[in-house]
Amino acid sequence: MLKALQLEPEKCTGCLQCEMACSYENEGVFNPSKSRIKVFNFHDEGRFAPYTCSQCSEAWCLHACPVEAIVINAQTGAKEVIEDVCVGCKVCTIACPFGTVNYNADSGKVIKCDLCGGDPACATACPTGAITYVDAEHTGLARMKAHAGQTIPKT
Amino acid sequence: MAWTGKILRVDLTAGTCTPEPLNMEWAALYLGQRGLATKYLASEIDPKVDALSPGNKLIMATGPLTGTMASTGGRYSVVTKSPLTGAIACSNSGGFIGNEIKMAGWDMIIFEGRSAKPVYLHVENEKAELLDASHLWGKSVWDTDHLLHNEFQDPLLRIACVGRSAEQGCLYAGVINDLHRAAGRSGVGTVMASKNLKAVAVRGTKGVGNIRDMKAFFKATNDAKAVLAGNPVTGEGLPKLGTQVLMNVINEVGAMPTRNMREVQFEGANRISAEAMLVPRESDGKPNLVTNAACFGCTIACGRISTIDPKHYTIVNRPQYMGANGGLEYEAAWALGSDTGVDDLDALTYANFICNEDGFDPISFGATVAAAMELYEIGAITKETTGGLEMKFGSAEALTRAAELVATGEGFGRDLALGSKRLCEKYGHPDLSMTVKGQEFPAYDPRGIQGMGLTYATSNRGACHLRSYTVSSEILGVPVKTDPLTTDGKPELVKAFQDATAAVDSSGLCVFTTFAWTLEDIAPQVDAACEGGWSPEKMLEMGERIWNLERKFNMDAGLTAADDTLPKRLLKDAAKTGPAKGKVNELHKMLPHYYEIRGWTPDGVPTDETLNRLSV
Repeated sequence: MLKALQLEPEKCTGCLQCEMACSYENEGVFNPSKSRIKVFNFHDEGRFAPYTCSQCSEAWCLHACPVEAIVINAQTGAKEVIEDVCVGCKVCTIACPFGTVNYNADSGKVIKCDLCGGDPACATACPTGAITYVDAEHTGLARMKAHAGQTIPKT
Repeated sequence: MAWTGKILRVDLTAGTCTPEPLNMEWAALYLGQRGLATKYLASEIDPKVDALSPGNKLIMATGPLTGTMASTGGRYSVVTKSPLTGAIACSNSGGFIGNEIKMAGWDMIIFEGRSAKPVYLHVENEKAELLDASHLWGKSVWDTDHLLHNEFQDPLLRIACVGRSAEQGCLYAGVINDLHRAAGRSGVGTVMASKNLKAVAVRGTKGVGNIRDMKAFFKATNDAKAVLAGNPVTGEGLPKLGTQVLMNVINEVGAMPTRNMREVQFEGANRISAEAMLVPRESDGKPNLVTNAACFGCTIACGRISTIDPKHYTIVNRPQYMGANGGLEYEAAWALGSDTGVDDLDALTYANFICNEDGFDPISFGATVAAAMELYEIGAITKETTGGLEMKFGSAEALTRAAELVATGEGFGRDLALGSKRLCEKYGHPDLSMTVKGQEFPAYDPRGIQGMGLTYATSNRGACHLRSYTVSSEILGVPVKTDPLTTDGKPELVKAFQDATAAVDSSGLCVFTTFAWTLEDIAPQVDAACEGGWSPEKMLEMGERIWNLERKFNMDAGLTAADDTLPKRLLKDAAKTGPAKGKVNELHKMLPHYYEIRGWTPDGVPTDETLNRLSV
C-alpha cells in the first residue's frame, strides 16, 4: 500500500517538533532552518499550518531537472534528490508550484522531503497528530468520517 | 556537550560585539540559563550598583537543552539587577528567541555599559553587530517587530525587544519576544531600555548538535514526552484550558486575592475563567479563545490565542486589535481581573494585549491598578491625581485606560508605572502595597495557601509564584498532597521546590512541565545531553547552590532578613470567606525553621559553612 503524509493543520500548535525531527534525520542536528517540512504561523488568524512536499505523481521538479538528479523511489513514491548528481542549479525550485523544493547553501544542493525512506520522522515526532503517515488513497478519511457523521439523524 | 561553548559579549558603551569562550568550570556548577547567568552577573557587577546605571549588566541566557527536541526546550532567561526590587532579577520566557540564539551558536549574550544613542543587536550566526535604532525608538513592541521583519525581508527573523513603557521608565517593563511571549517580571525590560538597547534580532541556521549521547537523549526525551502526554494537567488541562484552568479551582479554595487582596474569593471569577473563554459571544458567535499555541518544542501547548469581541468598546474602529493575539494566562486574568474587581473578559483581554504591545508585566500592572483603586476609594488620590479617571474597583474603563497610559507613559500612567510600592508610598499609605521586596504578588493568597506565604517572603526576586510553586502540592497534590491551611512541613516543602525550580530554570526547560515531571524525569534528559553526570541529586544540589548564590547577591546588595516578610494585611487581616475563613498567613511559624534548614543564621544570612559546602 502506498502511503502519504496527511497534514491536518487544525491540530497543529506550532511547536516545531517536526522541523527538529526532520533536520535531525537529514542533517544530524536540530536545525529548523534546514527542515524539509515547515510550520507556518498565520498569527492574526490564530492558525498554524505544517507544509511539505506532497510527492506529486507528475512531479514538476523531476521534469525540470536538467541532470536527472530527481528520481522516484518505487517503494514509497517519494521524489528523491540524488545529491551526487544534483548540480545546485535550482531550476526545480522554480518549477515546483508549491515551494517545497529548496536550496541548501551549506551543501550547494537542493533539499526536499523524501519521506525518510518510508518512516517519516516528522510524523513520529508530532505530538498532536497533525502529521500522520497513512494510506495515500485515504488522506481524506478522517474528514470524510466527520461529515459522514452528520448524515446520521440525531436521536 | 549541548552547550555551544560560546558567549557573545556586547559592550554598548564602546559599540563592540566580542565572542568569548563559555566558562566550563562554572557550567559544571551552574549548568546554564538562570544559574549560569546569575554566576556571571554576580561575578561581574557590584551588587550595590544602581540597576539603571551603565554599571549594571543584562544577560540573555539559554540552557543546554534550549534548541533541542526535549519537550519545552526553547526557554531562555534575562538576568540582571532589578530596578523594581534592588534584588536579583531573572525572568524566563518561551516563544522562539532562546532557541534562535542557541542555533546562531551562542549560549549567552552579555550586555554591558550604555549606548550613547538607541541601537539594536542584529545576530546572524557568528556575525553580530549593533545597528542604529533611532527609527525604532518610540515604537511599540508590535511596530518594532513589524519594522524589523520588513527591513530584513526575513519572516524567519526572531525578535526580542522593549516597548514604549520601558523607554518611559516603567519599573515593571519586560522584554517581549515573538510579539507576546515575555521575560516579564522585575523590570528586566526597564534595564534593557536604560542601556538604549531597543531590540535583539536573531537568525540562527547552525542548529544544535553535540548531544553527549544521542541514543540516550532520544530515550530520555521520548519517555518524558509520554509522561507529559499521559498526565491530566499537562496532557489535558493545560492544552484545553491553559493556565486559566486554575481560576475556578483557586477561587473555590479561597485563595483568590481580590480587590487588592482585601478578599480571598472573587464573585466574578467564572466570568473571566478558562471556561468563559470558550463561550461563544453574542456579537459574532465566536469564543474568546481561538486556539492553543506552543512555544518552541513544547508538547503541552498551554498558550492562549484570543480575540476581543469586535463590538467591545475598547476596539471599535481599531482594526489593529481585532486580530488574534496573545490571550489571557491565569496570572494576567487574575491581576487584571479579580485583583481590580473587573469581570469584563474583553476588557481584560484588551488590557493584556496592551501589556504585550508595549511590553509591561500584567501582574505588576494589575496589582498596581488595584492599589490605586484602593487609594482612590479611601480618598488618598482623587480625580485630580488621576487626570479625571474614576479609579473605582470593578471599573473596566479605569483598567483599560490605565493600561493605555502606562503603555505610553502619559499622565497618571507615570504614577502607575512606579509599581504598587512606590505609588502607595508616594500617596502616604505604604501598608496598602501588596508587595514583597517591592514586587507585586501573583495570584495565590497566602492566607488560603500557607506555603505560598513563605514562598513569597523568601523569594529572591520578590513576590513570585515561579520560585517555589507549592500550589502544586498544597492544592493539586503534585507530587504529594499537603494541607494548604497548615504550616507543618512547609519550610521543607518550600526549600525543596525552590531548589528544584532553580535547577529546571537552568536547563532550558519550562517549569510548567513540573506538573508532571520531577527531577527524576528531567535529570536523564540533561545527563544525556551534557557531560558531568547529572543525577537528580546533583540537579537538586545545584538548585540549592543557585538559591544561595542569589541570596548572597541580595545580601551584598543590601537586603536583609527584614525584607523576608509579607504585607500586614496578609499577616493580620483574616480571610473573610471560603475554606480559609479566619486564617492569616502564619509566616512566623515557618521562617525561623526555614532559615535553619537552609543553613543560614537566624538573621537569614548564608553561613560560610553552607556556602563552602555548596561551592558558592
